[in-house]
Amino acid sequence: MAGGLKFKPKLVMTLTFWPNRKYWCGKLVILHFSPTATSFPSSPNSLHSCARQRLRRLQKEERISFTLIEMARSLAGFLVLLLVISICEAASLFQPISDSHRSAALELFTSDHGSFKSLEETYEALRTFQILGIEKKPDVTAAACRSISETVGSSSTPKDLFYALKANSIAQCKIHEKASKGIISSLNAAVGGASLLLDFYYSVGGLVLIKDQSSKADIHLADAEGVFRSVKAFSQSDGRWRYSSNNPESSAFAAGIALETLAGIVSLASSELDQSLISTLKNDISKLFDGIEKYDDGTLYFDDKLVDGHEYQGPLSTTSSVLRGLTAFAAATTGNINLPGDKILGLAKFFLGIGVPGDAKDFFYQVDALACLESNRVSVPLILSLSSAVLSLDKKDSLKVRVTTVLGSNAPPLTVKLVGAFSSDSKDASLLESQELKFDQGSGLHILNDLPKSIDVGSYTFVFEVVLQEPEDEKVYVTESQTKVPIFVTGIVKIENSEISILDSDLGSVESQSKLDLGGKNAVSLSANHLQKLRLSFQLTTPRGRAFKPHQAFLKLRHESKVEHIFVVGNSGKQFEIVLNFLGLVEKFFYLSGKYDMELTVGDAAMENSLLVAIGHIELDLPEAPEKAPRPPPQLVDPYSRYGPKAEITHIFRSPEKRPPQELSLAFLGLTILPLLGFLIGLLRLGVNMKNFPTKPVPATFAVLFHVGIGAVLLLYVFFWLKLDLFQTLKAVGFLGVFLVFVGHRTLSHLAAASAKLKSA
Amino acid sequence: MGRASSKEDVGALFRSLRSAYAATTLNLKIIDLYVGFAIFTALIQVVYMVMVGSFPFNSFLSGVLSCVGTAVLAVCLRIQVNKENKEFKDLPPERAFADFVLCNLVLHLVMINFLG
Repeated sequence: MAGGLKFKPKLVMTLTFWPNRKYWCGKLVILHFSPTATSFPSSPNSLHSCARQRLRRLQKEERISFTLIEMARSLAGFLVLLLVISICEAASLFQPISDSHRSAALELFTSDHGSFKSLEETYEALRTFQILGIEKKPDVTAAACRSISETVGSSSTPKDLFYALKANSIAQCKIHEKASKGIISSLNAAVGGASLLLDFYYSVGGLVLIKDQSSKADIHLADAEGVFRSVKAFSQSDGRWRYSSNNPESSAFAAGIALETLAGIVSLASSELDQSLISTLKNDISKLFDGIEKYDDGTLYFDDKLVDGHEYQGPLSTTSSVLRGLTAFAAATTGNINLPGDKILGLAKFFLGIGVPGDAKDFFYQVDALACLESNRVSVPLILSLSSAVLSLDKKDSLKVRVTTVLGSNAPPLTVKLVGAFSSDSKDASLLESQELKFDQGSGLHILNDLPKSIDVGSYTFVFEVVLQEPEDEKVYVTESQTKVPIFVTGIVKIENSEISILDSDLGSVESQSKLDLGGKNAVSLSANHLQKLRLSFQLTTPRGRAFKPHQAFLKLRHESKVEHIFVVGNSGKQFEIVLNFLGLVEKFFYLSGKYDMELTVGDAAMENSLLVAIGHIELDLPEAPEKAPRPPPQLVDPYSRYGPKAEITHIFRSPEKRPPQELSLAFLGLTILPLLGFLIGLLRLGVNMKNFPTKPVPATFAVLFHVGIGAVLLLYVFFWLKLDLFQTLKAVGFLGVFLVFVGHRTLSHLAAASAKLKSA
Repeated sequence: MGRASSKEDVGALFRSLRSAYAATTLNLKIIDLYVGFAIFTALIQVVYMVMVGSFPFNSFLSGVLSCVGTAVLAVCLRIQVNKENKEFKDLPPERAFADFVLCNLVLHLVMINFLG
């Protein structure tokens, strides 16, 4: 009595790559859960046993079918997921600046007939176009020159002058001698009177720029060392700088600004500055770089604490500012600034990992920082990139690798070696030996023509090593020691020996068998009853001849009434086979006999010829459904009817109460008046009189008023019932009541006095 | 014999009641008449309700309770005005009447409000 369920959950994850993603290198495409269950036929002796017993036994060994959207439930699957994600962190793909950047720049930096909103934006736009090599548009240049000459002509703040001169260094408009003299004197005055870091930055920066632009070569800072020391006073021990002596907040952005300022001071100094100052500054730079922050994918950046929303700059502008300051300082001073090359590479990856920013300011920061990285005296990072990370075995794609600087210009002579390839599933030894890629002079690519036989379809991590050929270049350029790149290999998977057959349940003898051509059209027509089995089998082989397990291998049976059943095709090695034992599936099929269409789906991200093919149909003859059998779920006639308008609901108002006929009510109204009449008649019969009514005028009026008052209140009540509301009535009752109390008191006290007099008399 | 005598006794009882009642003062007789009128009105309303159902129940209650309430207040007045009551010897009847009027006015205000 063999039989049982064997669960083999396996998680297969596919990574597709979108270059220039900042944080994650892959996108989860398919996750599926494929258990395999085996069911063995029962022994021949039970042929004569009751069908019901067999049904119950076999139901325990039934196949289980899953739909595609089952997520990993088993712990093993989850751990594999975590492992793959952790590997994913290290392998990433960065691309240097390309034409998509240039077209994005043209879109982002829009100008109103060539002029931008401020000098700062004008400068940013001009600098971006300059770095990316975009042609200067004449109206932009003309408008820039206009605003520059405006700013330069009038007395402007050092900040405006600074940005005007910066824009002018690119636009190269002429500045009058007199104007430039005026600028120099105002900037010198600003340097002398500066107290905040930004004041020093703008004034010193302006002087540096005007020195390059005007014909006068002898612009010097009067007391360079003094200015240096006063700027240095803003520094802090952790390498960050403050904006002013009052404000204790420090930031890395300010550090970048300070370094730029100090570089300017050094270049403007008439005599050599004290070397100890320079070396302490180099120490400060190393301390600043000690505080660098790191993302998981190996990129490095600077960020400030978010204390005040206004002052917060964000990692992009902060890192850009630091880089600018660093490269300016390195350019201005002699000697080396010792920074580990991987820090520069991390910064380069940070900027490249952003992709194409959507904001003009972010774009400027990115491109400006990359221009600093492109040529500087510290070290120039070289980036390894691939044109395509997906290779096809059948198209015989070759692996093409390019090594360039961050802006895409050519690298010095070097060799690229593929030192290893690791499959994403297993972290075992490399699948190939270290080999050198051939360098093609014309295209500048390093090419590996044929992928080795050990690389089959699937996802891999290739590890490259870049070695500079000239030893002097090592001082100038820096490359990553080992670049891990994710590669996805696809190919055509051969489907062979596919056949479908109907078997007799117990003996396993084949009743009918037909070969299938899963690549082309099939129109197989089979028939079976519930005592038989259906078997479908085929073989999958990868281009390299190995066994292949696709993400999806499903057999779908669809009844005429559109009820569908999906089964997973299990495999052992290359052989894929599914056996449907209809005896066990009778209840699952809701006892529906009739024609079932069969459809086979075999698919995988690595498979270039994934297929969804109709095999044919099978006439199933199932027994009658017993009364308690489950009904098949109702099939939607039109999937849109679920969301279409529903039947209109008409509100049913409460039916009014049955009222008596009006004549009856009127009759009883009359009847109610009767007792009143009876009362009045009775009063007359009793012989009531008005003798006690006061005769003297004053008491008489009060008595009359008393009765009038009571009558008025009763009348008010009638009005209250007819149309007034409670508050109005209460107000009126209040007034009338006060009146009535007063009048009644007078009358009744008069009556009491009269009766007392009578008694005493 | 007993039945005839009980009949006679009932008759004698009634006659003596009537004669004793005739001796009451006019004031009290007026008040008694008023009470009778109020109760009778209430009874008619109850008969009507029994016939047609109590749909606007608040109206029915209001009508019946106003009649009953005014009857109760009249009874209180009668107690206070009756000179034979030693308890209320010091209370002047005018004062009792003033209370009666005031309470009636309040009762009728509430009842009109509840009538709906």
